[in-house]
Amino acid sequence: MDEIDQAIIRITQAGIPLVKEPFEEIAKEIGTSEDEVIARLRKLISKGVVKRLGISVNQRKVGIVANAVVAWKVPKNRVESVGTMLSSYKEITHCYERMTIPGKWECNLFTVIHGYSRDSVEEIAKKLSEDVGINEYLVLFSNEQFKRTSAMPPY
Amino acid sequence: MSAKEPAKLDKLDKELLQLLQDDFPVEKRPWAELGKKLGIAEEEVLSRTKRLLSDGVIRKIRSILDAKKLGLCSSTLIAMKVPEEKMEKVVRIVNEYMSVTHNYRREHDYNLWFTITTCGDKDLRDTVEEIKRRAEIPDSDVLDLPDTRLFKIDVRFKFTDADTRR
Repeated sequence: MDEIDQAIIRITQAGIPLVKEPFEEIAKEIGTSEDEVIARLRKLISKGVVKRLGISVNQRKVGIVANAVVAWKVPKNRVESVGTMLSSYKEITHCYERMTIPGKWECNLFTVIHGYSRDSVEEIAKKLSEDVGINEYLVLFSNEQFKRTSAMPPY
Repeated sequence: MSAKEPAKLDKLDKELLQLLQDDFPVEKRPWAELGKKLGIAEEEVLSRTKRLLSDGVIRKIRSILDAKKLGLCSSTLIAMKVPEEKMEKVVRIVNEYMSVTHNYRREHDYNLWFTITTCGDKDLRDTVEEIKRRAEIPDSDVLDLPDTRLFKIDVRFKFTDADTRR
């Protein structure tokens, strides 16, 4: 990745301008051509460095008012299959295996579930529990959002 | 309109949100491309998008990066037991850090949960230690849970489901 790629990532991270020809405007800012910006963005997407261009949504505004971290206690030899199964559900936006702290924190698989109501999130968690056969889990609803942003690239 | 109150969205708004989320076209005239799919003019796509932005439904349209492919990024999830009288102060300290990407109050004895992601030269461990020290929360009241394996991160919603909201 050279400086032009980095500039494209930096600018598009901040937000694509809401004008008819946004890539032309980005090109002017960098000092290159519109065709170049489009070609490079497509290449970054095909390489997977950029997953896609898309909106960041204010979830509450679209009615997605409930979100919970659901932490599962999964036997080591089942983490692979349970993690893969849970990841296939569209209601689950994040799924990570994390370190445990024996005696203090035993849940090793973390998922985030979003829903249109608190009840629906609880129902989803219960259904998932039955589907994957894991009974020990905690539903940690968030009742206040203090910060939500994205990780900044190192340039 | 309050930030917590759902916005009024018509069917076209929801279809537009879906396209803006899933597949914003990397084309010379992206709004015209979206207009073709929605059956409306380029100008209307753009003006609707601007309205969704000014109403606070959308924060921005941006590139979504794969942090792992960018390399050199590491992250952890921290949970703390924060006494209510200290909550405001601790939240202020935690939120100061650019590397803190998500921070929520959650219903548990551990009532504050936040993620830290550092990329490049910044050291994750240094940041964790600094936050704990400044927040004055003892180690016994802190969980530090680095991820060991990523199964999925895909924050995309189906906006048409909003119709079924109770």
